[in-house]
Amino acid sequence: MTLEIPREFVNLILEQSRAEYPEEACGVILGPLGSGKALRIKPMINAAHSPTFYEFDPKDLLTLYREVDDLGEEINVIYHSHTDTEAYPSRTDIAYAGEPGAHYVLVSTRDEIAPESEFRSFRIIDGQVTEEEVTITD
Amino acid sequence: MSIEVRIPTILRPFTRDQKEVEASGATLAGVIDDLDTQYPGISERLLENGALRRFINIYVNDEDVRFLGGLKSPTKAGDLITILPAVAGG
Repeated sequence: MTLEIPREFVNLILEQSRAEYPEEACGVILGPLGSGKALRIKPMINAAHSPTFYEFDPKDLLTLYREVDDLGEEINVIYHSHTDTEAYPSRTDIAYAGEPGAHYVLVSTRDEIAPESEFRSFRIIDGQVTEEEVTITD
Repeated sequence: MSIEVRIPTILRPFTRDQKEVEASGATLAGVIDDLDTQYPGISERLLENGALRRFINIYVNDEDVRFLGGLKSPTKAGDLITILPAVAGG
């Protein structure tokens, strides 16, 4: 499996993650149902406003799923940032991963690698984490 | 008429891959009971020690049941119930 993602989206995710630091940033990328394509990025509010946790607000979550259904889309990517640890799914990330069809993208903006950052993608299915290749398109 | 329940991808293995199912009950607890009779095992994914799981969101007609009385939320024929796992992590 590979995640194909436009460079513009990678940059937007990194910018959002830096802007919302020290809180975790989060969002989704949507695409036409069944296409597997990442075409429309939608930053979400981290309702937890926490450096160690993120959660979409339940009302925003319902609105998002309604919109995705109405437009015939699917959630292709669910992304969030880690502010102090590497870009690898945490135990809580694995426990709450509820979209077996999505790419889980993790970004790390931790101090020790600044100004560099990490951008990695995973599948999380039934508690199993599999890292996948990321292809950035121009 | 019965109550329409939208099932998230992660719970569709219980509903033989159906995205929408029908159920009945006068409260959310009753609807979950009925769902579990039709699709055994599904209630365990929604409840923990008799309460709604923290990271499962359930809505009756677009209203979060946490603001409607939780498991006691009233339900009636024609209602739409949506189940969504939280998008959350650490």
